[in-house]
Amino acid sequence: MSIRKSLNVRAAAATGALLALPSLAHAEDALSSGDTAWMLTATALVLFMTIPGLSLFYAGMVRAKNGLSVMMQCFAITSLMTVLWAVIGYSIAFGGEGAYWGGLDKMFLAGVGVDTLSGTIPETVFMTFQMTFAIITPALIVGAFAERMKFSAMMWFMAIWLLLVYAPIAHWVWGDGGWLGGKGVLDFAGGTVVHINAGIAGLVAALVLGKRKGYPGTAMPPHNLILTVVGAGMLWVGWFGFNAGSELAADGTAGMAMAVTQIATAAAALAWMFSEWLLHGKPSVLGIASGAVAGLVAITPASGSVGPMGALAIGAAAGVGCFIAAVKVKPMLGYDDSLDAFGVHGIGGIIGALLTGVFCAPSLGGAGFADGVDSIGTQVGIQFVGIIATLVYTLIATFIILKVLDALIGLRVTEEEETEGLDLSQHDERAYNL
Amino acid sequence: MKLVTAIIKPFKLDDVREALSGIGVQGITVTEVKGFGRQKGHTELYRGAEYVVDFLPKVKLEVAIKSDLLDQVIEAISKAANTGKIGDGKIFVSSLEQVVRIRTGETGPDAL
Repeated sequence: MSIRKSLNVRAAAATGALLALPSLAHAEDALSSGDTAWMLTATALVLFMTIPGLSLFYAGMVRAKNGLSVMMQCFAITSLMTVLWAVIGYSIAFGGEGAYWGGLDKMFLAGVGVDTLSGTIPETVFMTFQMTFAIITPALIVGAFAERMKFSAMMWFMAIWLLLVYAPIAHWVWGDGGWLGGKGVLDFAGGTVVHINAGIAGLVAALVLGKRKGYPGTAMPPHNLILTVVGAGMLWVGWFGFNAGSELAADGTAGMAMAVTQIATAAAALAWMFSEWLLHGKPSVLGIASGAVAGLVAITPASGSVGPMGALAIGAAAGVGCFIAAVKVKPMLGYDDSLDAFGVHGIGGIIGALLTGVFCAPSLGGAGFADGVDSIGTQVGIQFVGIIATLVYTLIATFIILKVLDALIGLRVTEEEETEGLDLSQHDERAYNL
Repeated sequence: MKLVTAIIKPFKLDDVREALSGIGVQGITVTEVKGFGRQKGHTELYRGAEYVVDFLPKVKLEVAIKSDLLDQVIEAISKAANTGKIGDGKIFVSSLEQVVRIRTGETGPDAL
């Protein structure tokens, strides 16, 4: 987030508001109750995205016999990531100034007290805000392996993945001294760290675990799209905390982040809906909800750098792009990404990260390039480096973690358990006793 | 005595019930069923995954009546359940050998 601060200073200088500089510098030292109030709220909003937002979004899309298992996975991830983040994850991501990781100085939240500040807000709030990101990112991956992964294997995978993949990448992009942030990669709220990361990990998980029994021949329609639409609505609302909260302050950039988030999401929802209407004859509920999520994903990296018209373009591109990825390309390639974690988060994240490099240009209504960058081409090139670095690291690390776990404890439930459903076979419960 | 079994579209159930009450039918049995006829099924599409639903939901009515009421019953059901579109259903008529009212032990037409 240091990148963003320097951007603000640059923008202020550029508009000739030189007098504002000393007060800005001063503001960094003291707690702002306005910023703190907003960040307390934003943190709660981002947690709300996972429980119950994403949980419902996913649970509605699986078959009735697996509805509870998805809710359970999201809830258990929320709890497990919280504990791990407090013990060591926060330290790896934000504990120091290394290029590749933050170190172990803040293990067990050492030194994070009532009076410790991070910018203008208490460090406790910053740590918890970041914790909610560390919760939703692994939870997004659930969509890729839904309906077939063993609960115990899921717990092991998520714990290791948080520490070996998420926390380091968060440091690369947002941590002090992180090498990707230092290169000038613009990722305001987590296009690379959260969405490309989770999307690629999901694709790898879908491939390593293999297809669900009977896919694609057997019908596996969503069991309750009402839950899915309710969940998508909660994600949309919660995402204001995610994007506008990533400013870490209650200021003009946060306001613009909120506006562009709303605009891009609506554009993407319509783009997916119209694409489907055009190609399949009818606009679908699952389509418009999926489109909204695709738009939210794509505007995430861009939300601090682009203007409203850039948001419109990014949203439209994400709606069409993710529609093609999830509805057209996936069936052609034949992999079973159950709920399109890759198709929506991976592809949407890549579209958003690349277009951030385009629409951050002041000539296109954006807030400006990263320090030392003066053209769209250069910025897009830097964005590309960020995407490739995340993609390659996640791909390799996720693959290794999954293969090792598969050899040690096995990743999949048995065929019999899969047919019976994960609710009964993993938890001895069922979602609906009607 | 006759047993009339009719397969109809679910949303026509209330109309059919009213029509049958109107001609003095004393009772009917209703079951939710699935099946296919000339209407076949329909397709559902979720993010591009197309599922063919082979069996459509229908309602099955069973009406036990005295033989002299048969024509009226058939006419009532045919009229009330008709939409003119494919999938309106069918009426099957069979002879009914015996009827017993469990409470009183009455048999035959008296038990209807």
